Amino acid sequence: MSGSLLHVENLAKRFAGIVASDDLGLDVETGELHAVIGPNGAGKTTLIAQLGGQLVPDAGRIVFAGSDITTLPMDARSRLGLARSFQITSLFLDLSVLDNVALAVQAHAGHSFRFWRDARKEKELREPARAALARVGLADRADRVTSALSHGEHRLIELAMALAGRPRMLLLDEPMAGLGPEESARMVEMLRALKKEVTILLVEHDMGAVFALADRITVLVYGRVIATGAPADIRSNAAVRDAYLGEAEATDHV
Amino acid sequence: MSGALTVRNIAVIALMAALALLPVYVGLGGNAFLLTLFTRIAILGLAAVSLNLILGYGGMMSFGHAAYLGIGGYAVGILAHEGITSGFVQWPVALAASALFALVIGALSLRTRGVYFIMITLAFAQMAYYVVAGLARYGGDDGLTIYKRSQFFAPLNLSNKVQFYYVCLALLFASIYLVHRLVNSRFGMVVQGSRSNDGRMRAIGFPTYRYRLVCFVIAGTLCGLAGALIANNTDFVSPAMMYWTRSGDLIIMAVLGGMGSVIGPLIGAVALLVLEEALSGITEYWQIILGPLLLLVVLFARGGIDGLLSKIRVGVAR
Repeated sequence: MSGSLLHVENLAKRFAGIVASDDLGLDVETGELHAVIGPNGAGKTTLIAQLGGQLVPDAGRIVFAGSDITTLPMDARSRLGLARSFQITSLFLDLSVLDNVALAVQAHAGHSFRFWRDARKEKELREPARAALARVGLADRADRVTSALSHGEHRLIELAMALAGRPRMLLLDEPMAGLGPEESARMVEMLRALKKEVTILLVEHDMGAVFALADRITVLVYGRVIATGAPADIRSNAAVRDAYLGEAEATDHV
Repeated sequence: MSGALTVRNIAVIALMAALALLPVYVGLGGNAFLLTLFTRIAILGLAAVSLNLILGYGGMMSFGHAAYLGIGGYAVGILAHEGITSGFVQWPVALAASALFALVIGALSLRTRGVYFIMITLAFAQMAYYVVAGLARYGGDDGLTIYKRSQFFAPLNLSNKVQFYYVCLALLFASIYLVHRLVNSRFGMVVQGSRSNDGRMRAIGFPTYRYRLVCFVIAGTLCGLAGALIANNTDFVSPAMMYWTRSGDLIIMAVLGGMGSVIGPLIGAVALLVLEEALSGITEYWQIILGPLLLLVVLFARGGIDGLLSKIRVGVAR
């Protein structure tokens, strides 16, 4: 476990009779892109919510970079370097694109009880924000109101915000959700470049993207891990085929 | 808040200049009642500007903001009644009492959202109202007359109408500048981000509760200052000044003038109080005219009067 940045053990979460996480264990190594897949209702979103801090597990432990974060609130996790993006786009729609990303920078620039200086003129907030926007190809959109941009662009702003805090690890919750084929391809390229710089846990439905990007894949079914391994092993794993990739169509994609 | 010479900015500068020059006009033989009216406008404008810090920028729909008018006012009234007339004591006490009240209300109400937040702030304000109404020693329901205005250093005399007007105006302008700095600072960005999407703010690492609470306290303290001014303006304080309808008036000023800018609520205060004055001269039932007018603003001018003025610029430029 020496290289493991995120360590999850015996995680359990139940909702009124539904078992969303069942004795779930997971290790994400520093520097890898680790994908979590599973059929609908496998508990992927519940897992990421527990990792991000929106949900507190009923049992089990989550260790990030050596510290136990199981019960830590969202904002504290984020300051430790665990950034997440949302499956449903969650932005500050009435602020400018640059404001959105600058807020993400500001979140990691110490406390914000600074009452006088114009934050929109602070280089140490605006420049990293502009750099993150340039990173995802939205430099020319910086001064637009966020609500005026397309869904695909919103997904990219999400990514820029996650990057802006210079996180050690990104939790990406279905970054391809709702993207057209072209936008998806663009996002895959973006993530391929990003994984060289930051450890990523990716929850994604798009199998093409997962198998193209992941170093390792964990397969969830009914809140349980049924397999973890390199893409090739997952592809040939009989249990996974039965539970998830059983349909011929999915294998074609792979 | 760009420096460009737009219709809106010209209107704002004209308004401020008119406010600053009003005593000169009155001194040259103009209607002396205007000075009384505009002293009231400056004070309530200050209260509305303070409300807008939490309402427009923070998205905190407080329905109890008039409580601070009462608390600031009663701090001055009670101290005067007990023989302490120094403004250097009265005003800091007014500010501190308002801040403390805001801290307590805020600490509890900011844990809730939406309708619950509105109801809790309303409930606290009404509680303060009944507490004050029960203060038999200080006039209870009938209110408390203040026989001597707050005393400051020698040349400054608040009993002088012109001097008092300028004190109110200076504090109003200073507050507007303060709020302008606040909302554009890092602190202000957090407060605005929290209005826009609080869940996301927490997800990216902001413990938003404490920022919202500090914002709530600053707004309450500023409004407490307006309360101290009102007490001096009317030489009288009564529970009525913190009744919930007064909180409603402040909200109307903010909505009417425009919640999207720092200066909007002042424009709203001028518009509402001048309209009230003008319409009540025409008919006893002036609210029948004011009501539909407000409705039109809410329906067709989301940014209030300030928003309308800004749109004129767009129409001309493009």
